[in-house]
Order: sequence, then C-alpha cells, then structure tokens
Amino acid sequence: MYEFRMPSLGADMEAGTLVEWLIKPGDEVQRGQVVAVVETQKGAVDVEIWETGTVDKLVVATGRKVPVGELLALLRTVGEPAATAPETPIAPETPQAATAPAIVAAAPPRAQAAAVSARQRVAPAARKLAEELGVDIASVQAAEPGAVISRADVERAAQAKTLTPVAAKPAAPDWHAQMRMAIAAAMSRSKREIPHYYLATNIDVTAVSSWLETENLKRSVTERLLPVVPFMKAVALALREVPELNGFWIDGALRSSASVHLGMAIAMRGGGLVAPAIHDADRKSLDQLMADLRDLITRVRSGRLRSSEMSDPTVTFTSLGEQGVEGVFGVIYPPQVAIVGLGKITERPWVEGGAVVVRKVATATLAADHRASDGHRGGLFLAALDRLLQQPERLR
Amino acid sequence: MTLYNREQIRDIIFDALGAIAPEVEPALIAPDRPLREQIDIDSFDFLNFIIRLHETLGIDIPEKDYAELLTLNSAVEYLARRCAAQQ
Repeated sequence: MYEFRMPSLGADMEAGTLVEWLIKPGDEVQRGQVVAVVETQKGAVDVEIWETGTVDKLVVATGRKVPVGELLALLRTVGEPAATAPETPIAPETPQAATAPAIVAAAPPRAQAAAVSARQRVAPAARKLAEELGVDIASVQAAEPGAVISRADVERAAQAKTLTPVAAKPAAPDWHAQMRMAIAAAMSRSKREIPHYYLATNIDVTAVSSWLETENLKRSVTERLLPVVPFMKAVALALREVPELNGFWIDGALRSSASVHLGMAIAMRGGGLVAPAIHDADRKSLDQLMADLRDLITRVRSGRLRSSEMSDPTVTFTSLGEQGVEGVFGVIYPPQVAIVGLGKITERPWVEGGAVVVRKVATATLAADHRASDGHRGGLFLAALDRLLQQPERLR
Repeated sequence: MTLYNREQIRDIIFDALGAIAPEVEPALIAPDRPLREQIDIDSFDFLNFIIRLHETLGIDIPEKDYAELLTLNSAVEYLARRCAAQQ
C-alpha cells in the first residue's frame, strides 16, 4: 500500500488545506497525475502523486487543514489486492478552509455557494480585489462553470452584494498578508541559518544580445524569445560545472542534485513572489524553455502551480533587470544553497585590446551557502556563465 | 482588412492592457508618459501586449519597433500607420 501524504510545497509550508479531491476510491492513477488541490499561503496548488496504482481510500475530507506529512490517501500499487472494499466517498466536512469561511452563518440562499466553493479556481488578482471590496470569495461564481474566477466576476458579485446585504461575518482571510507571512518565514529562516557569501561580475553580453535580436527577427511575434531565456540556459549549464551550488543543505550536509531544476523568481501582481521550477533546464532547448516559462508565468499570475514545481527547485534564478536595477544579491530559499541574480543590460564603456569600446554589459551575481561551497567555486560558476554567454549559438 | 481609426485603436490598446494588467484604469493613463512608468508590467507582460495587438489588428510588430509603443500616444500613431500601410 502506498501512502499519499501532504507534500511540503516549500520550506515555508507547515500545513495546507485540502480543497478538492480529483480522484475517488477505485480510480486508476498514473505517476505524475494531479490528484488533489491544496490551498497554501502562496495560493492553490495542483498536487501530483508519484506512484501508479489504484485509489484504495481517501483518508482526509475536503475542507480540512492538514499538516505536512499527514496521510491523505491510500493507493494500491500494481498487483496489490484490495485491502478493504472500496468505500463510499467521505462526506466533506463543514468548510473551515480559508477558501470558504463563515458561509454557514450566512443567509440560506448562499448555502449553494458553500458547495461550489471547494471547486473554485481564483485568480490572485481576483482574490485581492475581493478582499478590498469585502466580497466573500467563496460566494463568487465564475463566468463559466469551472473557469478561473476573475476580477470581473468579483466586481459582479460586489454589485450584487450591494443589492442583498449579508449578515456580518468574520474578516476574510487576507491573501496578501498570508503571502507576506510565508515569505517572511522562509527569508527569516534563510538569514538565520544560512551563512551567505556574495559574488558579482560584469559580463559582456553583446554577443548574446545580438544573437537574440537576429533570432527574433526571424520569428513571428508569438515565437519570440524573451531576453532572459538564453540566460536561463547558460545558468543551468554553468551549474552543472559547479554542483555544490545546485541542490539542498539537509541535516548538516550538502545533497547535490544531478538535475538542474531552475526556480524562476516570478513577481505576482500586487506584491509577493514565488519561484517555481522549470525542470531539467540544462537539457531543454531555448524554445522549450520559453514555452515552459510562458506557461509558468501565466499560471503564477492567473491559474495554478503544480506541487512538483513548488517543491523541486534545486536553485533559484532572479532576473530583476526589468525594474532597472543593475545588480541583485538574493536571499537563498532554504534548503537550497544558491541564488543567481541578473541585473539589467546596459551599454557601458568596456576596455578591450587596450581601447575603450561601448558594450552591452550585465552584472551577474551569486549568493551562495558557505556551508556548501566556497567563494573560489562560486567564482568558477560565474566564470563559466560568462564563457557560455560568449557563444550564444551553442546555447540552443 | 478593417481600417481602424485612432479612437478604435486606442480602445484596442486599452483592451490589450486590461487583459494583462486588470487593475489598469484607462482614464488615468497619461497619454504622453511611458506606459511602463504607469503600469506595472514586465517583459513577459509586454510581449503578451504585443501579441494581443498583433492578433487583433493583424499586423506584424517587429522587435525593433517596440520603442514606438512607449507611450499611449506614440502607440496609437504607430499602430495607425502600420495598419494603413498594410491596406
């Protein structure tokens, strides 16, 4: 019997609320399948299962807040007989989840909302607006069944609400405050536990910039690569050369990872950020990386992330050049051991062959865990990054 | 192909901006100030903005012309010119 437990979706997660089961007893599930939706401080996450088999029993009912590591469901692996007769699905408990507060206390017509609330997909912007407008997000209906709830849906609900006043209810969970708390916990732990060291180097990125310009000229607008994409590939390849920067510090020891799962720091509209993984970034083509990045950002901003994207990053990459900063010294996301930063690309005077020339230059930085690596090795990583960026045509 | 007037192009720009940054209030956009100073959009949002304009207006917007889309006014002028040229 395989025990499916509440996964840890990041160092800052202690518990999650089971919002929805996407499986029932008797269902066949495949390794990697999304089987449940869990609400965390960083929003709703699609949780995958990492075993193939048949669902034997759902142990936890929807609506319950469950600590990391607690048993959620039992799975019969291939060839294993049923231990118990398939049970009838467990009845959801009275919603006490963050997504469905205090609906029970509301007027009878809203009981309907309680039933659908567990299936809600809410855009972060919509959740924020709902808080601002004092709309109970659980009572908001999407424009189409199953669609993600948008700001427009919330606005509609807010208008309806002014027509039918509801009884006073406890304060809605503040999504933004929760996100801040999650970031605060992870970053405090990082600064408390991780002895960071910091390195920076200026890299001539003229070659990679012109290569990208030529490449994008050949492409239709929908196929264009964002400037960050070749850098993602170069960072991932350089990490292979210095494995002490790619992995985790667990129980007093470094566990390097053979795969490079690049956590991309992505800002959320209205504040907060997440750094979900692009898996095997070192082995993907630039087109594939662009497609993955597009998919990831879109889901960060409007939809939902998968559990493996939250828990798998072996390193973080932050590209703050967008906002015009020239360099960024990151805070490591524990238990990772490094964070790579890239500032904006600017034209700067550059000495080459005894003459001052104008070059496109970017400052690349590394913040790394001194328990796991030393400055010398960190320097080799930045040197490798520089070298790889000088031959952009080989990054494909 | 439809020939859009400036008023229509302006509305198409607002629709495209609204899709990527729903909090944007079109009436509050200063037409001669850079859009990215007024709206919190990154390069990914901007690319999606271009893609939406491309899909709605049916014109190609090469990367070298991105600077023409800096402000609302310059964007309207540029897109009107491109649409007319494509007739």
